[in-house]
Amino acid sequence: MKMIALVDCDNFYASCERLFRPDLRKKPIVVLSNNDGCVIARSKEAKVMGIKVGVPWFQVKDSYLAKGGQVFSSNFALYGDLSNRVMHVLEGMVKNIEVYSIDEAFLDLQHIQDSNHAYEFGVHCRNIIDQWVGIPVRIGIGPTKTLAKIASHLAKKKIGGTGVVCLNNSSHIVGALKNLPINEIWGIGRNLSRRLNAIHVYSSYELMKMDTRLIRKKFSVVLERTVRELRGEQCLSVQNAQEPKKQIIVSRSFRGQTSGLNQLQPLISNFAVRAGEKLRQEGQKCSQVSVLIATSPFSKQDQYRGFNSIQFSSPVNDTRSILAGAMRALQACFKQGYAYSKAGVLLSQFSHPTVMQKSLFDDLHGCIEQKQDENLMRCIDSMNAEKLQVYYASQLPRQLLPMSKKMMSPKYTTNWLDLPTAN
Amino acid sequence: MTINYLGSISADDLPATFTTFFLEPVSVGFPSPANDYLESPIDLNKYLIKNGAATFLIRVSGDSMINANIGDQAVLIVDRSVKPKHGSIVVASLDGEFVCKRLKLRPRLCLLPENSKYEPIYIQHGQDLDIMGTVTAAINKFE
Repeated sequence: MKMIALVDCDNFYASCERLFRPDLRKKPIVVLSNNDGCVIARSKEAKVMGIKVGVPWFQVKDSYLAKGGQVFSSNFALYGDLSNRVMHVLEGMVKNIEVYSIDEAFLDLQHIQDSNHAYEFGVHCRNIIDQWVGIPVRIGIGPTKTLAKIASHLAKKKIGGTGVVCLNNSSHIVGALKNLPINEIWGIGRNLSRRLNAIHVYSSYELMKMDTRLIRKKFSVVLERTVRELRGEQCLSVQNAQEPKKQIIVSRSFRGQTSGLNQLQPLISNFAVRAGEKLRQEGQKCSQVSVLIATSPFSKQDQYRGFNSIQFSSPVNDTRSILAGAMRALQACFKQGYAYSKAGVLLSQFSHPTVMQKSLFDDLHGCIEQKQDENLMRCIDSMNAEKLQVYYASQLPRQLLPMSKKMMSPKYTTNWLDLPTAN
Repeated sequence: MTINYLGSISADDLPATFTTFFLEPVSVGFPSPANDYLESPIDLNKYLIKNGAATFLIRVSGDSMINANIGDQAVLIVDRSVKPKHGSIVVASLDGEFVCKRLKLRPRLCLLPENSKYEPIYIQHGQDLDIMGTVTAAINKFE
């Protein structure tokens, strides 16, 4: 039986924060979102204290700190570097790996002939990552990606185990599925599980036993694939190459409330410029730019969410075009009289820059001047790669992002000035 | 602008050598005799780092390891994949702090400073000693 492993870093952001702070062993740690708005990650100890993911920081701050909890602003330079190290080690151990997110990767265990050896491999892999990088991981192994995900789930629940669960025979798998509610299966959300409950399917085992033709007819091919995967039939392969992104979002929430159009314009400009840089890094062009502005859901004042998209007549990756589109979209969705606390720019409808579909009616969209100059953009990007040096006139210099990251840990692994010290 | 018609050419008229391509620009002078012997320049990273994913840099504070040629503010190359043994220089976490010392397993487990001003640190029963990694090199900068 060919096996697939899912390697998942335990409470990854919290583990990263702890790596160079031996004084924080066994202390509760939470990590906040950009701008210190919400809790996005917690250590085991903080979970025990009842801190939930997504909770606004100000709601839990006082009681959490009073109990001796530690808090950090998110430090993506550190998390990104440690994630790369983990993935690098994994790449050295198997031929085929799919980096699924910053803290998860699927491994193709095709080199392991005997599925009984898969478990030992998992234990070895976990020990190596812990020894070399210092980040704890758990590993779920199964005949398919969906079952590997379930195995990883079981590894998380099993306290004090080896951190590795291998579902390698059918009695093992059936036992696991009987105890697993369907909403804990990969890809089955709240809506879908409600619809399945309505036809009296509650456990994953019951779902696995369903007639696949019926599933395809009443639900979708996607769910049929999940059912087949639960039966051990590989429908999803470990995909080495990463699919190109389908959209790019740059958004922030900000503390000081912003109500005027002239206050929002520079912010949206900053986001549009950043989004343009990301677009070019991905080697893509976009045909649509959208702007989102919203009031704080926690404020007692009037609520409003504005969203507008602008279509380009042919795909662009020039920041000047993106800026012009974003400004138009902002004007279209802006309403006076609200205290905005979140804004963002979204680029979508990507196409590869070498594929060019010219519009027959360029002039109809003439109100947006579509500028496109690859060399100019490359030149500005390379100058700004070191330190921001070239601004667009509508940006807000020096206040590039309205970010507050007061509690960020040092960039221990990416900055000479931030190296950890030893006495 | 004026255009003068000079006549037409067909492919047959072109000499056969016309389509020869050169992969490099051909300079007129004598080619560098070193071209065939080019090697990549010396890479300090390769010299100092064997296993990048497992290697971390740590800055030294203080002179407790001066006799092992590790001065104040030296940068340590710490490789977590190298198993520490008796006599290795290690970075360990001791009571919530990183320290750089020589590891002695015999006759008693201890962390030994390389400077007579400092006392050896004997690991007491129940005290946490976590070895973060083995120091494989130290960089002292003089200017």
